[in-house]
Formats: sequence, C-alpha cells, structure tokens
Amino acid sequence: MVIDEIKNGIVIDHISAGRGMVLYNLLNLDSLDSSVAIIKNAPSRKMGKKDIIKVDELISLNFDILAYVDPGITVNIVRDGQRVEKFKPTLPEKLEGVIECKNPRCITSVEQELPHIFKLADRENHVYRCIYCETKAKKQKWEEK
Amino acid sequence: MRSLIDILDLTTEEIEELIKVAGDIIENPAKYSEKCKGKKLASLFFEPSTRTRLSFEAAMYELGGNVIGFSEANSSSAAKGESVADTIRTVGYYADIIAMRHPKEGAPYVASLNCDIPVINAGDGGHNHPTQTLADLLTISREKGRFDNLVVGFCGDLKFGRTVHSLVGALSRYKNVKFVFISPDELRMPEYILEEIEKKGIEYTETTDLEGAMPELDILYMTRVQRERFFNEADYIRLKDSYILTDSKLVNAKADLSIMHPLPRVNEISRSVDSDPRACYFKQVQNGKFIRMALILKLLEV
Repeated sequence: MVIDEIKNGIVIDHISAGRGMVLYNLLNLDSLDSSVAIIKNAPSRKMGKKDIIKVDELISLNFDILAYVDPGITVNIVRDGQRVEKFKPTLPEKLEGVIECKNPRCITSVEQELPHIFKLADRENHVYRCIYCETKAKKQKWEEK
Repeated sequence: MRSLIDILDLTTEEIEELIKVAGDIIENPAKYSEKCKGKKLASLFFEPSTRTRLSFEAAMYELGGNVIGFSEANSSSAAKGESVADTIRTVGYYADIIAMRHPKEGAPYVASLNCDIPVINAGDGGHNHPTQTLADLLTISREKGRFDNLVVGFCGDLKFGRTVHSLVGALSRYKNVKFVFISPDELRMPEYILEEIEKKGIEYTETTDLEGAMPELDILYMTRVQRERFFNEADYIRLKDSYILTDSKLVNAKADLSIMHPLPRVNEISRSVDSDPRACYFKQVQNGKFIRMALILKLLEV
C-alpha cells in the first residue's frame, strides 16, 4: 500500500493498532482541508501491527492528547520532504478538555461550563485524577482492548 | 490569598502552629476577642449543618468579627441556577473570608479559583472536611499529647466518610501510626486512599470485627452511616446498623482509649457510653470552635 510522501506535515507513527481513528477524532482532524491519511494495521517489526496518521500540513497538535491516548507513539515533523524532528510525547502533567469526570458527586456533574481538568497522579501507572473531586479517570474505551 | 480546601494544603508545622494558637485561645480568650474587629465571615452553607456552621459563626463572633451568609441552598441564588463561581465572585466583594459547605465534591475548590479572599472548605460532599480534621487533631493532641506511635481505628462508613479520609491523610504524615479500618464490605475505604497509605509504607489492616480490633486501639474513631450519601434507600437501611458501640464492646479496650466521633450520631454510639471517661466526642465539638478561630486568624493574617 503506497501513500504519497508528504512535503510539509506531521507523521504520527507507532500508534497501537486500532487507535488511529480515536486519535483522528480527538485531534479533530476531520476539520482540516489538507490531505490526511490514516493507515490501519500497517505491518510493524516492533509492534506486529500499527496505525499511522499522516497530515499534509504543519498544524499545531495537542501532543498531550497523543501521549495520553497512546504513550508509545512517535511524532515526526516533515519540512520540504525531510524529517526535521522526531520525538515521543511524554504524559502531560495536566489534561484539560480531553476526558470528562464521571463521578456523579463531582461539581462538574452539575456545572456544565466548568472545564474538565485532570492531573497526573501516578506517572508509572498512567493515573489521572480530577482536580475537583480527585476521582481517578475512568478507563477510556480505547484502553479496554 | 491562601485557602484551605484539603487538610494536606497545610504542612505539619502549620497544623502544629494552629494547635498551639488554639491552645492559647483556650487559655486566654480575652486576648483574642477583638482580633477580627471589622472583618466579615461569609458562611455559605449549600447543605444543612448544625455544628460546623454554628462553630464557624461562633468562632468569628468570639474573635470580634461579623457573619453574613445563608444556611441552605434554597435561600441563595443557587436555587435559581447560579453557578458556584458567580455566587463566590459576588460574595468576594462583601466578605473578608468564606466558609463554604456544598454537596458537590470540589465546589469549594472552584470557589477558591474565583475570588481573592480565603475560602475554607467546610465540607464538600463525601470528599474533604479539613476543619473537622483540625478539630480531630486538636483533640488527639490534647488527649494523647502526640500524633506518632498511635494505633487508630476507624469504624463505620469508611467509603463516604470524608472526615475519615481527611484524618487518615493528616495522620499519614506521622511516624509509627497504624490504622485499623473496621467496616462492612460495602463501605470499605476507597482504594485510592489505601494506595496512598501503602505508598507511604504505613501499616494498616481491614476488618469487619470491631470487638476483635478493640484491644490494640489507642483511638477509636466512630462514624455515622450517612443517609444523604446513598442513592439507594434500601442499601442505607441494610447498612445503617452495622456497628453500634456499646459499653459491652468496650470491655477489652485500653484504659486510655479515646473514643471520637465527628457527630452528628444517630445510634452508632449508645448513649450510655457518653459517661465513659474515654468518650471524647463532645470535646471534639468544643475543640472545633477553637481551632476554627485559630484558622481564621491565620488565613486573615491578623
């Protein structure tokens, strides 16, 4: 399967197979005019199967979301057809507007305008807690596999 | 401006300083009677309370200050759907310090983000209740003279009991403290608190047997099974009488045990225990006012 090389843009590589669409949606990539390729189940030596997202535009991305959804991913920045930067996003200290607190007793359950903010409580075990009620972030659907 | 949302917002040194000031207030009340002259406490109770609200209000009056506020959400604009943030912004223009109770967890934290005056969390749902913890700590300090080398039993509703969660957090910072958690299976300590205790290397046991745990306890902290925390009335009815402390259950207790309870109680401590010299729960009430006085002084920096 051949996807045209991008000139200026971002390649998100090493996405766990099946999470490509999750990232596509969370990053709002459907709102872009530029070409976006999602490659599902690409063969990978390390992972067996992986997803890849290529965006043919140098957009600003929320790397916090990337690291939160899939801590193993790699981001490549491409300029003039050359890879100029490659990095692995780290788990952010704070997640704002990415996930919602599900505790029915939390103040966010009655005040819809409050931003849902989570703080990293345990980096090793990827535990986030709501800054208001301290409830642990529930496992998201993409983590359940 | 500093607020008190969680007991862990205070360092152990600050807590010890508050206890010292409270002790001085007990000894020399006249010295403090005009410290807050011209200052106003906004007492914002979105959920009913007798002790905590009156304690804050009495504390402010005894410091020479004044009190404004409401004692139920229905008599505030919250009943019209006003957000916590807007209510607090408004109150921030009228008062010098806020004591706030709210049924939703995190509401006082939201308040503290939206005004320039100190906010004291006077209880947010089943989450935190730091001034109760301060009252508990003052009581432990006065009864035991120490916070380390204690075996502390917590009995009853440990799942929703915010006073238990806060006190465990505060005592976890001292050496050689051991916790014994006594509860029905459905009302066990939340796993996140147990994880934190484990991380700190603190010894604890969980049991359903109050009498079996009794002999080793230095402190027994009883709690009420709270109807308002249950979504399901049937569960409440089933669990409410799980543990009732009676004279006969105290037979094997230490002679210097301190029996504590944040109050109000329903029936979980039999009335006959009140006359036992080991009963400390009404002293806690008294200590609550003094420690709140010390806290108001600290946060107002007067």
